[in-house]
Amino acid sequence: MRQIAIYGKGGIGKSTTTQNTVAALAEAGYRCMIVGCDPKADATRLILHKKSQATVMDLARERGAVEDLELEEVLLDGFKGVKCVESGGPEPGVGCAGRGVITAINFLEENGAYAPDLDFVFYDVLGDVVCGGFAMPIREGKAKEIYIVTSGEMMAIYAANNISRGILKYAQSGGVRLGGLICNSRKVDREYELVSEFAEKLGTQLLHFIPRDNMVQKAELNRMTVVEYAPEHPQADEYRALAKKMAENKNLYIPTPLTMDELEELLAKYGFLD
Amino acid sequence: MPRIIEQDTEKLIEEVLEIYPEKTRKERRKHLISNDPECTTSTCQLKSNVKSRPGVMTSRGCAYAGSKGVVWGPIKDMVHISHGPVGCGQYSWWSRRNYYNGITGINAFGTMHITSDFQENDIVFGGDKKLEQLCREIKEMFPLAKGISIQCECPVGLIGDDIESVARKMTKELGIPVIPVRCEGFRGISQSLGHHIANDSIRDWVLGKVKGILDKETPYDVLILGDYNIGGEAWASRKILEEMGLRVIAQIPGDCTLNELTNMPRPKLILVHCYRSTNYIARYLEENYGIPWMEYNFFGPTKIYESMRKIAKRFDEKIMEQTEKVIEKYKPIMDEVIEKYRPRLEGKKVMLYVGGLRPRHIVGAYEDLGMTVIATGYEFGHRDDYERTYPEMPKNSLIYDDPSHYELEVFAEKLKPDLVGSGIKEKYVYHKMGVPFRQMHSWDYSGPYHGFDGFPVFARDMDMAVNNPSWKLIRRKAK
Repeated sequence: MRQIAIYGKGGIGKSTTTQNTVAALAEAGYRCMIVGCDPKADATRLILHKKSQATVMDLARERGAVEDLELEEVLLDGFKGVKCVESGGPEPGVGCAGRGVITAINFLEENGAYAPDLDFVFYDVLGDVVCGGFAMPIREGKAKEIYIVTSGEMMAIYAANNISRGILKYAQSGGVRLGGLICNSRKVDREYELVSEFAEKLGTQLLHFIPRDNMVQKAELNRMTVVEYAPEHPQADEYRALAKKMAENKNLYIPTPLTMDELEELLAKYGFLD
Repeated sequence: MPRIIEQDTEKLIEEVLEIYPEKTRKERRKHLISNDPECTTSTCQLKSNVKSRPGVMTSRGCAYAGSKGVVWGPIKDMVHISHGPVGCGQYSWWSRRNYYNGITGINAFGTMHITSDFQENDIVFGGDKKLEQLCREIKEMFPLAKGISIQCECPVGLIGDDIESVARKMTKELGIPVIPVRCEGFRGISQSLGHHIANDSIRDWVLGKVKGILDKETPYDVLILGDYNIGGEAWASRKILEEMGLRVIAQIPGDCTLNELTNMPRPKLILVHCYRSTNYIARYLEENYGIPWMEYNFFGPTKIYESMRKIAKRFDEKIMEQTEKVIEKYKPIMDEVIEKYRPRLEGKKVMLYVGGLRPRHIVGAYEDLGMTVIATGYEFGHRDDYERTYPEMPKNSLIYDDPSHYELEVFAEKLKPDLVGSGIKEKYVYHKMGVPFRQMHSWDYSGPYHGFDGFPVFARDMDMAVNNPSWKLIRRKAK
């Protein structure tokens, strides 16, 4: 079983990318599970064709305690048998969403959600690793492999660099490695070159460059992945290509985050500071 | 009393610290001194009110302990919520023996324990709704409760619950003051910050906000501040003041009502007992209401007479004359106590380690019995506490700040005191060492030790401890 965590700036397309990739993996015969680690609970919508109402924390709140839940109530089957579970959590501005992620993952472990026949477990984590709770998926015994979704936009690069710093910390204390960057294109000028060079400077690889295509939004509106909604569309093939690369990827890196100066220099080179 | 004692305290300190790693030794050295009663410069002062060394066993508490356990807890007609997981409330259940009048569960709530008992869900989703519910239930179950205070435990601060807005909403809805206190345990380095936070919450949420009742003011109105009525000691103090002709309009916080808190800006003089835990509000009242405050000490006849005269001087001839009459009345009784116990206790050595004021305040009471305090110190004292301590202690005596249990034990071994006065965390170690011990936080379930009522009890208890024949039956380890 390979456990993979997907990080990246908020709104960059982590959930879309993860679900499309998982759909492609499932199509290829791999058994996958997605663990949504975001109180918004929208990491499995395209696989389940609806927003999950049965999140671990919401049900725990309803019942009184997480001990009152059964695994079957929160572990739902989606497209091609992909297992989906959402941690859930509080509405913005109250409580502790990080603790919700910890509680949910502990629940999944204790109740045997990590079945031995799974090939992949994906953690789709909230944009910013604001506290220990959101680093839970990369703690000891969980995801050892991380992919960062970015684009050529400055703030996305900046966030990716920050996340790498977090990975560096866990790389030194545990066995966490960076598998590479995934560029979800925003059609920024010379985006491929910029992200490639950034990946190189970060001491990792650009695993795949996903071009921008409106089919993704169209499929999303229909609560499906492109792989399911338009399997013949070239965009579906992009995700299949990413899935294949991920399945075959053996290159895992300890990132070398850039200093602020280096980062600005890089962005200047590609015309951001004109 | 010998104001100089023959004791090589400097050498003793070096010996005790020897076992520590260099960094710890260097740091701890600054918290231990051989006393110079005339000390006024920083060279003869010790360092205090800093974080304890990691890894040592300290007796300090936390901000929650300082607010819930000390300042707010004894306010008897309010319900105090331990807001957070159950442990903090459970282990602070009952009280510090803050005696009170009233019927528990009906119109007084001092020894009751109410907690929001946080579960995992309350952490993840926030505890504000539960807190509202709890306030409503309190109002329903205890209709005579005059108010509610919310004593925050650590997680409330970590998850950022907005208890202030809950407090405002519930104050309006329930028609009684609901007071939020941000005394999360991780704040500060000891219980001391909890006292400060509690003082500030009285300032911000009671004074000028809660309407109180006080029929009229008289020129002889005083207020007792910082007496916790442990074993009934505030009552003993109150009696003295009333006999002197003064009117006590509030005793805070021991056996205190919310209404008495609202009387804070009304007296002519504030009498501060525990300076450490209440000086903040005393200064505020002085600066904003122009009410003077002074410290006093009612432990042992010498200090009682001294303090009575000091207080009387702040009023008129009538009070001063009356005060002398009161002293005249009690002096024979006090002399009799001294006559009885002094021969049994003369020359005995005492080692103290307590909290807010007692490390200096009870020195005089021991000296009245012919005993010498050879070592003293505070768990959470600040520089101003120690400045008040140096002149009270004999030259060459030992003063320690936040000593570890190891340090105290070795000091006791080497100084061979005839009595150790400290708290429940220390007690049994010294019992096992075969050293007589009295708890000087709770008066060892006895008391009061204050005032004319208290001194005979104090003298009897010290005699009982020091001269108890059972100590001779304990086999001490040969050294």
